[in-house]
Amino acid sequence: MIINLIRKIGIYFLVLIGLSILVFTIGRVIPGDPARQALGPRAPEQVVQALKEEMHLDKPYYIQYGIWLKGALRFDLGKSLMTRRPVIQDIREFLPATLEIVGISALLMALGGIILGVLATKYEGTWLDGIIRMFSYLGVASPAFVWAIIFMLIFGYALPLLPTTGRIGFATTAPPHATGMYTLDYLLNGDIQGFKEAFSHLLLPAIALMLGGMSQAARITRSSMTDNSVKDYILAEQAYGVTERKILLKYLLRPSIIPTISILSLDIAALFGNAFLVEQIFNYPGLSRYGMQAMLNKDLNAISAVVMILGIVFILVNILIDIIVAYVDPRVRLMGGDSQ
Amino acid sequence: MINENQAMPQRIVIERDKYEKYKKAWYKFSLNKMSVVGLIIVMAVLVLGVFQPVIAPFPHHAGKFVNYNDASLAPNSTYLLGTDIFGRDILSRILFAFRGALTMGIGVLLIVVPIGGVLGLIAGYWRGKPISIFIMRITDIFLALPPLILALCVGAILRPTLFNSMVAICVSWWPWYTRLVYGMVTTLRNELYVKSAELLGASKAHILFKEILPNCLGPIFTKMTLDMGWVILTGASLSFVGLGEQPPTPALGTMVSDGAKFLPAQWWIAIFPAISIMLIVLGFNLTGDGIKDMFSSEE
Repeated sequence: MIINLIRKIGIYFLVLIGLSILVFTIGRVIPGDPARQALGPRAPEQVVQALKEEMHLDKPYYIQYGIWLKGALRFDLGKSLMTRRPVIQDIREFLPATLEIVGISALLMALGGIILGVLATKYEGTWLDGIIRMFSYLGVASPAFVWAIIFMLIFGYALPLLPTTGRIGFATTAPPHATGMYTLDYLLNGDIQGFKEAFSHLLLPAIALMLGGMSQAARITRSSMTDNSVKDYILAEQAYGVTERKILLKYLLRPSIIPTISILSLDIAALFGNAFLVEQIFNYPGLSRYGMQAMLNKDLNAISAVVMILGIVFILVNILIDIIVAYVDPRVRLMGGDSQ
Repeated sequence: MINENQAMPQRIVIERDKYEKYKKAWYKFSLNKMSVVGLIIVMAVLVLGVFQPVIAPFPHHAGKFVNYNDASLAPNSTYLLGTDIFGRDILSRILFAFRGALTMGIGVLLIVVPIGGVLGLIAGYWRGKPISIFIMRITDIFLALPPLILALCVGAILRPTLFNSMVAICVSWWPWYTRLVYGMVTTLRNELYVKSAELLGASKAHILFKEILPNCLGPIFTKMTLDMGWVILTGASLSFVGLGEQPPTPALGTMVSDGAKFLPAQWWIAIFPAISIMLIVLGFNLTGDGIKDMFSSEE
């Protein structure tokens, strides 16, 4: 298991190098001259040439890549054209907010999906099963940005129970900076009121993000539980007179959530992707909203940095999920095989 | 004469077999009522999208058209789904946007499936060889980024057009087919019929495309049907942030994001395009489930 994990991390390391080349390439194939674009059409030719030299655009691509990588390894990702600050400073400010929202969203998604899946299996064929199935079809089919708009509509106008913009209210002061995740920072500070405030701001965007993934998780959990429920070992448990509840939650659930967990990494990928739209809608100052602004303004340094950072985060998520699967699935842990 | 007589019944038998095969496939497909509902939705979207100029009540509203007298009208008998701030019929614009969405879905799949599929065939058949390792590592790199982020990123760098947003989605989509086909080929290549073709000295092209590929088609078709919905949804996400078809040409995502500015008072501007995105994705999803049932070997 450990050897397998090390091998996988080795592969991820190669992927990371490839990813940096990909990100660099995306940043350089932009049609037109980045220096000209940064300075505008009326800038004199010498100034453009000077900026080109400063940005190393006059050198061949592989040397440009080397310079970019060398900088990236020292956390120097260049300056953002948009905020006119070093990109790394922007990332430090905005990344925790996105991690916070995606983290909570992923947690709700996994728990909600598994609970709905178990309920649907337990009440198979009843009205509850039907409702859950209808709901999951709806959830799978509707994009996160549509949920975001529906939530804005309901909670912003009709039923103002939860806040719909920002991370905290205007009157509230931000917590002292420790992790950058407001909920955690408030907790570390013992400020329960602040925690509630930050958490309530997270709730709507997090739910809008995760509804699709949760529906997917519920469907997969239900179908793998129904598949497993006719296996011999379950029949044996039933014959021994083990209570239905114990069979369902102890013996049936554990092997059945493995496919759900394996597919979580794809769902989390979708969370990160959709965060680009949802943070924008809820005006939530996270890295994804920053990245989206950078994309719309063609801010190359910022785009490459955001994509690279999110790539790294996503690779870490994948490693984490590999470890969780290995923990739940003894076949993977003991034989080093793949659960899929 | 005798020969002909003998040939006749044989041909009839073959035809009946063929007929029964389709009947059986349809039976499996229609066992789940939801698949049939999905197919009806997909058919309706296809018909509406293709015959939009004939069906839409105001086809010219799809382009540059302004009529401030009828601006922002709620759904009524003339404008079934209301009008937007320029007085354009929303129903007509949605129907026209179906066209763009379908073009995008079909276009992306036509590019992505052959490229991804062939790479998967090669990588799967020569598993362990440098070419295979090379292909699969490249695939891993593209899969290391959440697909929507990669598509947004490529889309943002290119000029915003329908074609460029298709390119952007293709860049993030092909690896899924490579991985799918790779997974199937690595097991299929050890089958006896492949081994016997190899022993008979069949060309690699024959083995890959005539022996192995036909056995991969079921899962590929299933994934294509499901992906039609997902590609259209991703396209809508791109156009939602302005990286797709540019106004005045209607796109579902653009219509939702433009309409969102007028919530909640003029809800119909955003809500109907949003519902139509959901319907399309739902339709292809349900149909995909049915096709999965159709190809499954269980009786």
